[in-house]
Amino acid sequence: MNEMTKLTAKDFATDQEVRWCPGCGDYAVLKAVQRTLPEIGVRPENTVFVSGIGCSSRFPYYMETYGFHTIHGRAPTFATGIKLANPDLSVWIITGDGDALSIGGNHTMHVLRRNLDCQILLFNNEIYGLTKGQYSPTSRVGTRSPSTPFGSVDRPASPCAFALGSGARFIARGIDVHKNLPDVLKAAHAHKGAAFVEIYQNCIVYNDDVFAPFTAKENSGNQLWLKAGEPMLFSAGTKGIALDREALALKVVDVVDGDWQAAEVLVHDPRNRSVAHMLVEMPFGAFPTALGVLYEDPAPTFESAVVEQNAQAASGKVPDLQALVSKGQSWEVTKEPHLI
Amino acid sequence: MATATHLLTPEEANAHPAPEAVVVRFAGDSGDGMQLTGGQFTLSTALAGNDLATFPDFPAEIRAPQGTTFGVSAFQINFGSTAIETAGDSPDVLVAMNPAALKTNVNDLKPGGLIIADEGEFGVRNLAKAGYEGNPLEDGSLAKWQLIKFNISQLTLDAVKPFGLGNKEALRCKNMWTLGLALWMFDRDRGPIEQWLRTKFAKAPELVEANIAALNAGHAYGETAEIGGQIPQHHIEPAPAEPGLYRTVNGAEAISMGLVAGAQLAGLKMFFGGYPITPASAILHHLSRLKEFGVTTFQAEDEIAAIGSAIGASYAGSLGVTSSSGPGIALKAEAMGLAIMTELPLVIINSQRGGPSTGLPTKTEQSDLYQAVYGRNGDAPMPVIAARSPADAFDCAIEACRIAVQYMTPVMLLTDGYIANAAEPWKVPDMSGYQPFKVEFYEEVPEEGAGFNPYARDEKLKRPWIRPGTYGLTHRIGGIEKNVGTGHIDYAPANHQTMTDIRQNKVLGIADAIPEQDVCLGAAGGTLAVVGWGSTYGPIHQAVRRARAKGLDVSHIHIRHIWPLPKNLGDLLKSFDKVIVPEMNTGQLKTVLRDQYLVDARPVNKVSGQPFKIAEIEAAIQEALQ
Repeated sequence: MNEMTKLTAKDFATDQEVRWCPGCGDYAVLKAVQRTLPEIGVRPENTVFVSGIGCSSRFPYYMETYGFHTIHGRAPTFATGIKLANPDLSVWIITGDGDALSIGGNHTMHVLRRNLDCQILLFNNEIYGLTKGQYSPTSRVGTRSPSTPFGSVDRPASPCAFALGSGARFIARGIDVHKNLPDVLKAAHAHKGAAFVEIYQNCIVYNDDVFAPFTAKENSGNQLWLKAGEPMLFSAGTKGIALDREALALKVVDVVDGDWQAAEVLVHDPRNRSVAHMLVEMPFGAFPTALGVLYEDPAPTFESAVVEQNAQAASGKVPDLQALVSKGQSWEVTKEPHLI
Repeated sequence: MATATHLLTPEEANAHPAPEAVVVRFAGDSGDGMQLTGGQFTLSTALAGNDLATFPDFPAEIRAPQGTTFGVSAFQINFGSTAIETAGDSPDVLVAMNPAALKTNVNDLKPGGLIIADEGEFGVRNLAKAGYEGNPLEDGSLAKWQLIKFNISQLTLDAVKPFGLGNKEALRCKNMWTLGLALWMFDRDRGPIEQWLRTKFAKAPELVEANIAALNAGHAYGETAEIGGQIPQHHIEPAPAEPGLYRTVNGAEAISMGLVAGAQLAGLKMFFGGYPITPASAILHHLSRLKEFGVTTFQAEDEIAAIGSAIGASYAGSLGVTSSSGPGIALKAEAMGLAIMTELPLVIINSQRGGPSTGLPTKTEQSDLYQAVYGRNGDAPMPVIAARSPADAFDCAIEACRIAVQYMTPVMLLTDGYIANAAEPWKVPDMSGYQPFKVEFYEEVPEEGAGFNPYARDEKLKRPWIRPGTYGLTHRIGGIEKNVGTGHIDYAPANHQTMTDIRQNKVLGIADAIPEQDVCLGAAGGTLAVVGWGSTYGPIHQAVRRARAKGLDVSHIHIRHIWPLPKNLGDLLKSFDKVIVPEMNTGQLKTVLRDQYLVDARPVNKVSGQPFKIAEIEAAIQEALQ
């Protein structure tokens, strides 16, 4: 493998034995990422996968790139240092619902707010896997788990709503086993700035099929795949999302004979922040699950602003250590102590 | 405490008049500008060639209610014609700007010492706030001191009248009036202060003029003997010092410059991740202005993010640095473990303050030694260095950078609130005299099909530093135990034993690369060793000097390398009959010394948030020798 060879998915796979449970959704995400990277043309040596702690955070060990498996919830902090020290690196943060939204909620908020150029893949399985099945901050009310034998009572956080509230400029959703995942990953990589991707990931051991109402084949009609400039249609084009102008809310409308204009179905504009707020909050059941790129509106990135300011502040100044230590008001002592 | 440069030879000592030193304490409300007054007085004193040491002592509240005892802010300076090692035990002069300042400080004043009080502030309300029933300026309760009182507030208002300031703004000039008087008392030049005022208030010329008028009025008040020669004037001769260029420096400045120098000597860019905390924030402030040295500063969202980003930057090839104080260091502990496990260089500055928990944020203490040496989960060895004074902090910071990159390890540098804030004269170092320790990143691409070991070791047990972006060397690191060579995850029992031993031995091996422990005063063996570390240097040194002048067999040993300890330290300690360890904690270094060497080290402890007085250590020496 020299620097110019065309790479394949295999070139991004390590020789390490993958240690997730058989049937875990993480396998599918790993394959999707390994397939996507050669297609977007990144080099392994210029790519860093940074993770926190949890099942998903084992991910870097399986990627033949640089990788840093850090501490619980803190991956964004390490990523920030890496990117500021070397802005040329392609930085991917791998995290889970507990890692990113419970112990690491603070850092998730700030990395998004600052708009560090990186991809954040949040594997949401709505459960703590590695610690053997306790409920997580995205678990639904009533989730029975070893720590909540009578059902959880606290309301879950919505990852994409959290990201949008934190100031994220790119928000997308994918499904572990869905064929569209590489497209979502490519869009995230193409976005300059913090790209937040929530991946619905099935935990076969502790929370099996929790997303089946929209991920199972027979329920694919409950997936709303968003594409810029295209109408928000789902259920094989028989239904769409429109705006209830009186309630200032979204509503599901029937589309007859494909005439979505007549049904006033919205056309997806990823820059529309107000609609993005409504899309991330759509309650499942009454609505489908919005997938693909929900929101994208690029803004200057953190590391570019830091680099620029550093350069400006340094311009015209010579890094002279001797001058630095001699600065300020000083006085000369001659051989004989001088008198005033 | 400009120690290295102020050691008198016997000839020098004989060639000059008896050394003289004066301790002045300025005390007022936290809004009265006492720290500024003290800082500027320090500067003019340094410019006059005196050796000096200062002790700023201020409340944790930014603006505590006016006139209250807990809102009192004080600044003490000890200056003289001889070597000054401490801020002084008891003031000779106390400037009290209000009743609360008098009440909280007067009992420290030497008997016969001078009180200068602003009687304009001694009204009924302020007296009540300070808890005085009568007026101490009138009732004779201050009889054992000299008292001079006048209405500084009114005199200031009169002086600044022409500049049309509001009453509140006009009264803010009080501190300059007071400074003017102090400058007259000690025959100091007003020029540098005027210059400083012109820069500070460049955008408000009326404030420049008003403050200078107040400064001059205070000076003139002393000069024209409006008070009938009540105020004594002192002239303190310059202290003899090694010839050269000097400046004043406080610990935060010295550390910042030392870090910059360390990164430059290593040939690296520096990344500083910090989160504001008293008294460590000043380092972040200083470094944020030094971008031309390849410094990136990052004010993180919390202490954990500060260290996480610094480790990330080190991983990517910069020198990562983070800084905090006790509570913040506690938050960083887990990440320190990761830096130890992944063997990445990192410098952690801990400006210690009184604890536990939030404790005494603005007061000084040395109670984080256990935290520094032992305070992490697992067997997590980490080198620890302690600075003894503001000027010493410069070299300590360079030393921390050197060890970090030469051993691929996090290093903690301990200072404290006293060192961070206190100022002392510093002989400007000749930077060409510092040996560079250029880092070489590992970039050798392995043969096709051959792997490489990111955890291979050199003779010092150091692993290679491989930056992401290096072709052909992709690998993974993390907090999970890894295989002794490949770095792949490895939980095997024998492997964990080996890796734990390697991490331990690597850090212990640093003892080969640090100087042997010296005795800074007295003989290398004898009756009593007084062993200290950190900012207790000054009082211990003076106390030992006084004891030796009385003919007592006492030596002063001051430890810079807290972990690993210097190789000869055990033998050195065993060459004394007795060992005492004065510390501003309940006996932490004492415990380490007992553990490491089985010596009967006895504690001398103080945890009042105030530095040791020389007399306290002298008393401990007397007691130990009985």
